Amino acid sequence: MSIFINEKTPVLIQGLTGRMGSFHAQEMIDYGTNVVAGVTPGKGGTTHLGRPVFNTVKEAVASTGAEASIIFVPPAYAADGIMEAAEGGIKYCVSITDGIPTHDMIRVKRYLFARAKPENRMILTGPNCAGTISPGKAMLGIMPGHIYKQGNVGLIGRSGTLGYEAASQMKELGIGISTGVGIGGDPINGSSFVEILKHFEQDDETEAVLIIGEIGGPQEAEAAEYFQKHMTKPMSAYIAGLTAPPGRLMGHAGAIVSTSGESAAEKVEILQDAGILVSPTPSDMGATMAKLLKV
Amino acid sequence: MNIHEYQAKKLLAQYGVPVPRGGVAHSATGAIYQANELGGDKWIVKAQVHSGARGKAGGVKLCKSPKEISQFCDKFLGNNLVTNQTGPEGKMVSSIYVEEASDILKELYFSIVLDRASQKVTLVVSTEGGMDIEQVAEEMPEKINKIRIDPSVGMQPFQARQLVFTLGLPNEAIGSASRAVMKCYRAFRDTDANLLEINPLVLTSGNKVLALDAKMSFDSNALYRRPEIFEFHDKTQQDIREINAAEHDLNYIGLEGNIGCLINGAGLAMATMDMIQHAGGEPANFLDIGGGASAQRVATSIELVLSDDNVEAILVNIFAGINRCDWVAQGIVDLLNSRDVDVPLVVRLSGTNVEKGRKILKDSGKKVITAETLSDAAHTVVAEWKKSTGK
Repeated sequence: MSIFINEKTPVLIQGLTGRMGSFHAQEMIDYGTNVVAGVTPGKGGTTHLGRPVFNTVKEAVASTGAEASIIFVPPAYAADGIMEAAEGGIKYCVSITDGIPTHDMIRVKRYLFARAKPENRMILTGPNCAGTISPGKAMLGIMPGHIYKQGNVGLIGRSGTLGYEAASQMKELGIGISTGVGIGGDPINGSSFVEILKHFEQDDETEAVLIIGEIGGPQEAEAAEYFQKHMTKPMSAYIAGLTAPPGRLMGHAGAIVSTSGESAAEKVEILQDAGILVSPTPSDMGATMAKLLKV
Repeated sequence: MNIHEYQAKKLLAQYGVPVPRGGVAHSATGAIYQANELGGDKWIVKAQVHSGARGKAGGVKLCKSPKEISQFCDKFLGNNLVTNQTGPEGKMVSSIYVEEASDILKELYFSIVLDRASQKVTLVVSTEGGMDIEQVAEEMPEKINKIRIDPSVGMQPFQARQLVFTLGLPNEAIGSASRAVMKCYRAFRDTDANLLEINPLVLTSGNKVLALDAKMSFDSNALYRRPEIFEFHDKTQQDIREINAAEHDLNYIGLEGNIGCLINGAGLAMATMDMIQHAGGEPANFLDIGGGASAQRVATSIELVLSDDNVEAILVNIFAGINRCDWVAQGIVDLLNSRDVDVPLVVRLSGTNVEKGRKILKDSGKKVITAETLSDAAHTVVAEWKKSTGK
């Protein structure tokens, strides 16, 4: 099994009829994703790309049995879209949107947490990510699907394009991916490294995990602690931003060194101390995983 | 987005937070006028730049005469103030804030931050006012107290009191301090702030608290709904290259090296900079061209990188997902057709439409050095830079 999505998962696209939504919906359909419906308020009852469009997530779920959703709505309305997905009964949600205000995400997290017990809680990944892909099965994102080979490595990254780089390096070496998950570059993520690691640890198809982190925030240190205490599967990592100056925001809203322990050098040390194999450069992410798997 | 101290105090005062009386000026005459309006015989005069540690850099002075105020203004206005947070070039002083001097019984620390670990708004206080909070956290962590706010109900007055009780204030000051904390929280909440730091928050002889300094910063992603905050934006506090980039909606950060970079995606951009350093060079900038970049946007980005005189070689590294390598290649060719580029230009394309992109570069007959992988690209650009500069 892969995690979160496979070839059977019925997928809903929030913002299907928009320019971004239409383009990427077609790419996802072409990849083999089971896209069952779209939601655009005010366009309920119409059809787009051969799929029914609904006014609300609740109606779409009731009519089509959609379990996963992907959100392509502008930043000012994305938090609302995520909460509507949870209320509508979606189990797994990917938010692509870059630029959602942080105060909105704090409210979203509280809403998701308060409305359901952990076992029934909607899992959110992103925002500001490239999405999730289970190679050969389904794609819920904006990545170039062909650079991912199906296989047994779980991939988690804060950066989209750096995830592509890792996937293509591994493919080049004959190493495939069970599921690749983008958790996004924002300061408040739907899911952290640790939350995704829990799923990979349980997944039969995943033999090892690669995490791609960067400067800023406590997530990599938390992952190192989780790895040490709870993981049986081997793990490698790469941290971007060794040359990034402190106190400057490096593109991603979450990529800023604001306190001790958040620089790339400190994170590398924390991960290594936990027994995680750290790739010395971004061009060694594939080779480091090969070494870990002894292939 | 950062704002000046005088702007933060104005904003906090609107929410009822006690701040010293003061006025802003842009000339020595203006500063003396503000001092006269305030009255008294001594004033705190402060250079306004987006940086902490201004006091240590000489940018804050107790003045006892108009002459001293005038000398202070002559020294700083129109010049750059260098602090240990501004980098070697410093930041331009275009305004001076003149405040009444306050009598101080005790200096405290107060801040509100977005805590990424708990994912909640968090208030932080310490009895060690005036010190760098990182240093307090390291040397005497027991002197720091925090309270986290439930986002669904917001901060409650009892939480403000709990926090204030840790500061060892006289009973008469508890009410004034708790109210100030609540008002600061409301200002933070209502403006999409991501940092509010008052260091020091002082206790005066009348047992009142007063925000002697104020630093605020706001979530750039929320400025669309905070026009009143956007009004505080001061372009003079930014690197000129970054202002030009922002006008084209490009994400650019100027650095000290010689190798200009143009990359898609923030993570890949940071990783490419790291790779350049690993190969023996130093990046001149961070530049993320974003997703779906047109040929025009690519050409503009290269122009921007070239506008930095320190740039002696350029690396374009694109891993296209929603970008298209053919558009990127066309942008490069268009630029080379429109002007001479006399530094080595190394291009690595990968992902969507890579074959089309490589063909466009090849068919153009322009002098573009291509690379296959990230590692190749970084080593090639460093080798070409060394070759062309003899470094």
